[in-house]
Amino acid sequence: MVKLTINGREITVEEGTTILHAARENNIYIPTLCENEAVAPYGACRLCLVEITTARGRERLVTSCIYLVEEGLTVRTDTERIGRIRRMLLELLLARCADSEVIHDLARQASVTRTRFTKQTGNNKCILCANCARTCEEVVGVAAISLARRGVDREMTTPFNEDFSEVCIGCGSCAYSCPTSAITLEDTDGTRVINWPHNQMEFKMKACSVCGKYWAPEKQVEYVARTSGTPLSDYDACPDCRE
Amino acid sequence: MTRLKSSGELEALRKSITEKRDPNKACITICNGTGCQAYGCKDVTAAFHEEVERQNLTAKVDIRSIGCPGFCERGTLVVVKPQDIFYQRVRAKDVPEILAETIGKGNTVNRLLYTDRKTGEKVTYEHEVPFYKKQKRLIIGNNGLIDPTSIDDYLAIGGYSALGKALKMSPEEIIDEVKKAGLRGRGGGGFPTAVKWESARQAHGDTKYVICNADEGDPGAFMDRSLVEGNPHSALEGMIIGAFAIGSNEGYIYIRNEYPLAVRNMRTAIEQAEAHGLLGKNILGSGFDFNIRINRGGGAFICGESTALMASLEGRVGEPRAKYIHTAEQGLWGQPTNLNNVETWANVPLIIKNGADRYREIGTEGSKGTKIFSLVGNIGNTGLVEVPMGITLREIIYDIGGGIPKGRNFKAVQTGGPSGGVLPESQLDLKVDFDELDKAGSMMGSGGMIVMDDKTCMVDVAKYFVSFLEGESCGKCLPCREGLQQMRDILTGITEGCGKRGDIKLLEELSATLVDASLCALGSTAPNPVLSTLRYFRDEYEVHIKEKRCPAGVCNLEAVKVE
Repeated sequence: MVKLTINGREITVEEGTTILHAARENNIYIPTLCENEAVAPYGACRLCLVEITTARGRERLVTSCIYLVEEGLTVRTDTERIGRIRRMLLELLLARCADSEVIHDLARQASVTRTRFTKQTGNNKCILCANCARTCEEVVGVAAISLARRGVDREMTTPFNEDFSEVCIGCGSCAYSCPTSAITLEDTDGTRVINWPHNQMEFKMKACSVCGKYWAPEKQVEYVARTSGTPLSDYDACPDCRE
Repeated sequence: MTRLKSSGELEALRKSITEKRDPNKACITICNGTGCQAYGCKDVTAAFHEEVERQNLTAKVDIRSIGCPGFCERGTLVVVKPQDIFYQRVRAKDVPEILAETIGKGNTVNRLLYTDRKTGEKVTYEHEVPFYKKQKRLIIGNNGLIDPTSIDDYLAIGGYSALGKALKMSPEEIIDEVKKAGLRGRGGGGFPTAVKWESARQAHGDTKYVICNADEGDPGAFMDRSLVEGNPHSALEGMIIGAFAIGSNEGYIYIRNEYPLAVRNMRTAIEQAEAHGLLGKNILGSGFDFNIRINRGGGAFICGESTALMASLEGRVGEPRAKYIHTAEQGLWGQPTNLNNVETWANVPLIIKNGADRYREIGTEGSKGTKIFSLVGNIGNTGLVEVPMGITLREIIYDIGGGIPKGRNFKAVQTGGPSGGVLPESQLDLKVDFDELDKAGSMMGSGGMIVMDDKTCMVDVAKYFVSFLEGESCGKCLPCREGLQQMRDILTGITEGCGKRGDIKLLEELSATLVDASLCALGSTAPNPVLSTLRYFRDEYEVHIKEKRCPAGVCNLEAVKVE
């Protein structure tokens, strides 16, 4: 176990914990958009920056989603400098995604009421945190979508920017992991539509042989059967009706 | 070639090479660096070979294609040795005359000599040319002596003797020597090289890697290119010594693909070193194995950043990652990795060969040795200059660079590449070293030096560099990607006459955020052009915003005035 101080509170957490998780376990709030426990730390949104002083006295700013706790570490999550940085990042985010409720809420919390920057259009709530693509690759193991191009031209998209991704199984993990609801999922009448910021794709749903309910995209069921080495017929019924 | 099995055999080979060479025989060296290739040096070289045959001078003169000696402004550069007669702006048509007059009769061809701008007098010898006079060409100077594709040439000037010496030292002794020399990273960071080596040596890992960063990407900078093109063995030798000290058996050289000649010459050098037993298994019979592979970069500026470079080497997208765990502990493929820049590696043989005490004689308290700069922009003598640390900007710009051409005045000098800072006339007597440049709001960077005259608009300059960095940002972290876009937008507004109250304040606040919050050094240093121009040329911003006027007459703010 490691002992450290966050905002003056002495806490003890397991070794190998990030500062962010240590804070969360102890009900200390640090804002973040790109952090997702299911995937490797990424450190892109920078909202979770905190000020630390190491046991040796070294002071620095670090992303709490990546930095691991150390014995004797002093962490401050709410200094004036941190506040300034977060407010500026939120102004940038407001300019990028003026249509995102999540960003507006975060901004309000930080008392940012407007942005002084030029508002952008066409980003469709996407902040490029890559939570979707990272989840797709690291958790689902599919890599159906990814970030394309560099820098300011960067976009979250499908291969060749088409309304189609051959390997996509329609599981919707991208939508679940998206912090700003830039990716949505609609299930209607045996069809699932996934709306990515710049593309969309339709999936045929599998109906339960017992209750008739559409319970998962056919491609996802095939994928699960294939990767688990079980016969496809095991999945004729939905989980609720399965013996 | 049979592999050399000991440093004794290496010395014997060196002796047999130098014994065959007559130091008094004439030798014509022709720059074949990328710069001179643009001037047609290939034709000049071909003409020399043909004409030597035609005039029956084969026994009297050797012809040698060399790498870039630095004075790119006056290419194609030709030097007649052993006297070191310096001919500049040589074209193929001049070749018969040079051979007939200088080699045949011992006369100089006056029209091809360099004219000193200050005195108007002709200068005969290379070392008397003002451009070279104040330089201290410990590293780049060797470019003028050797054919980069000939390992014999490198051996003839003492090449690989530092390796022979190092293999008899203990790794700790080597690291101590480099530490004592005070060598700091020449790629921009200025981090003490030996400290890095030590961390990598002490780190636990099955395999350790050594990397040479030759992904030079700063606009107008070509130091590393010229070193790899002109003397690839020097960086190789440094790497082999470093690998031995660190305990690494595998190395990579990451060269940008836009440097085809550098890639070719380095590949040749590696093959030669392998054939001679200077690379590969059991180097010089010491039991130490080390292999080097070349990896060509795909043209992204960000891949010069160490973690992005390593990601690229692994075949992933070249994006940086947080370095809370140092690459010395977990770098390439999660293994301890030591990365140094070309120039840093090229300094290593010098330190080992002559000793740290000798190396320390040059430089300032905190920065030892020399630094190569690429001197470009509104300057008389464009080219590569190698100067002792501690020289003033004034000496570089006026004594070496020949001052500002076209009768104009000096306005500013930008050091450290696109994310460096712009320094005004009041800083001309600044002693150039890592710490002084930092204090003045600029940085050493990898050694770009862009001189600007009074027809330059500083807001426009800031806009140019921010645009460059915006285009090269990888886009991973929010402040760099979004911040640079907005910063460029504000600067464009100011230069187009749409500047408004609050713009300067916003630029400053945004800059502070980029410095604090960016994931890597590209983002955290990107505001330097804005911050340094605001520090030294704030009035220019104000005139643009308040009076809708560009004092240097560069920006067109008319469109808005009419409204």
